[in-house]
Amino acid sequence: MGQQTSLYQKHLDAGAKLVDFAGWDMPINYGSQIEEHQQVRTNAGVFDVSHMTVLDISGPDTNAFLRYLLSNDVAKLDEVGRALYSAMLNENGGVVDDLILYRMENGFRIVSNCGTREKDLNWMAEQSKAFNVTIEEKPQLAILAIHGPASPEKVCQVLDQDRIAPVQALVNFRGVLLGDWFIARTGYTGEKGVEIILPNEEAPALWDKLLAAGVKPVGLGARDTLRLEAGMNLYGHDMDEDTSPLAANMEKTISWEPQDRNFLGRQALLEHKKNQDAGNLPKLVGLVLEERGVLRKGQRVVSNAGEGVITSGSFSPTLKHSIALARIPFNSQSCEVDLRGKLTPVRIVKPNFVRFGKKVFE
Amino acid sequence: MSNFPDNLKYASTHEWILINEDGTATVGISDHAQEALGDIVFVELPESGTSVNAKDEVAVVESVKAASDIYSPVSGDIISVNKDLTDAPETVNSVPYDGGWFYKIRLTNDLELDELMDAEAYADHVEEE
Repeated sequence: MGQQTSLYQKHLDAGAKLVDFAGWDMPINYGSQIEEHQQVRTNAGVFDVSHMTVLDISGPDTNAFLRYLLSNDVAKLDEVGRALYSAMLNENGGVVDDLILYRMENGFRIVSNCGTREKDLNWMAEQSKAFNVTIEEKPQLAILAIHGPASPEKVCQVLDQDRIAPVQALVNFRGVLLGDWFIARTGYTGEKGVEIILPNEEAPALWDKLLAAGVKPVGLGARDTLRLEAGMNLYGHDMDEDTSPLAANMEKTISWEPQDRNFLGRQALLEHKKNQDAGNLPKLVGLVLEERGVLRKGQRVVSNAGEGVITSGSFSPTLKHSIALARIPFNSQSCEVDLRGKLTPVRIVKPNFVRFGKKVFE
Repeated sequence: MSNFPDNLKYASTHEWILINEDGTATVGISDHAQEALGDIVFVELPESGTSVNAKDEVAVVESVKAASDIYSPVSGDIISVNKDLTDAPETVNSVPYDGGWFYKIRLTNDLELDELMDAEAYADHVEEE
């Protein structure tokens, strides 16, 4: 048996099919992944993502440390509550992890992947040696992610009276600490969403209230198809330590300015950029298969400029056909995918398929 | 919990077969198989009129999770296929032993039926997997 979140019994009660996820027993679905996916696109669903890692960083050198550790620049977070998505790179410019961080009153809160927890903690401990900072893991906290067009309204229906106004006032990529609950408008589905980080012992009661308000439980299976439709990367699939963020559609997570900010991986990235300008760095694109069949991770892609590979692929419940993310040669104009031995033409699109319930690519 | 009707025979690869009154047989996949696959999004069926051998790959099921080959439990000639699955593959999830059938076949070797499992043996097989 693996580790269990504080909502384990709630998952069983809701009929979850549990699977091992990096050592945790997590719900993959509660019956139908497609119905759960549609619930998030059209109404509101709740995910238990308490297996993710929460770290609080504090101390006098916090800003300097994070400006060295991360490819994005925490100096952009000019107010408490603002959120930032960033990569954490190694010296070769490979992605150690991707994470979200929030500026708090006394430092920053990081939420990073579950499968990379130990590696991240070791990496941060090593890189922080020269800085006066404290990195504190918060296993006592649960995370509920409530997503879908109706999610902000449903969340406000179940919050304590004094928390409603501050949460209603939140805009995208902002959070607020209310007592020991941190509530933020961030997410991983391409829909409006609210993420609530709260003490483990209070999570089951919040779960019950959300379900009573008509929010449906959604498993990690639907989380994967939702993020794929939104063109969002999954660590270990679409990028890893051997992948440049420039080859993973993560340019926006790199803050090149100011030029004197010498963050980890910067020198290597400058080389990657030269390769990219010469057309020698692969790129992460979206693929669309409008005929029958399903694109899957690991399938070979053959383009006019050489071969590539699908990094994430699935059936899109919203679009009713298959979509994928693939890493292919920079100068690819057209490509085919090896679908169980048959080369099948697919369209190359920007890696963003669905936002707010609607198709977004041409 | 999965349901395995007593009037069917089952293959170790999770297909079921029903012997019809006219001597032909109907083939589909078990409740256990549909549950393990998750939401089914495409079913690729064989052509009507095809001759197949037992254990030949005859169909492909694509679910949100994976692609899976379907093997014919018996040898024979395929006499019809369930075209409704083209537009409604989810029928295999909801009624795997009824509207979710795959194809009908005229058997060429009845002895092959003896090599298939009854419901009880199949339930044990699923348990052991």
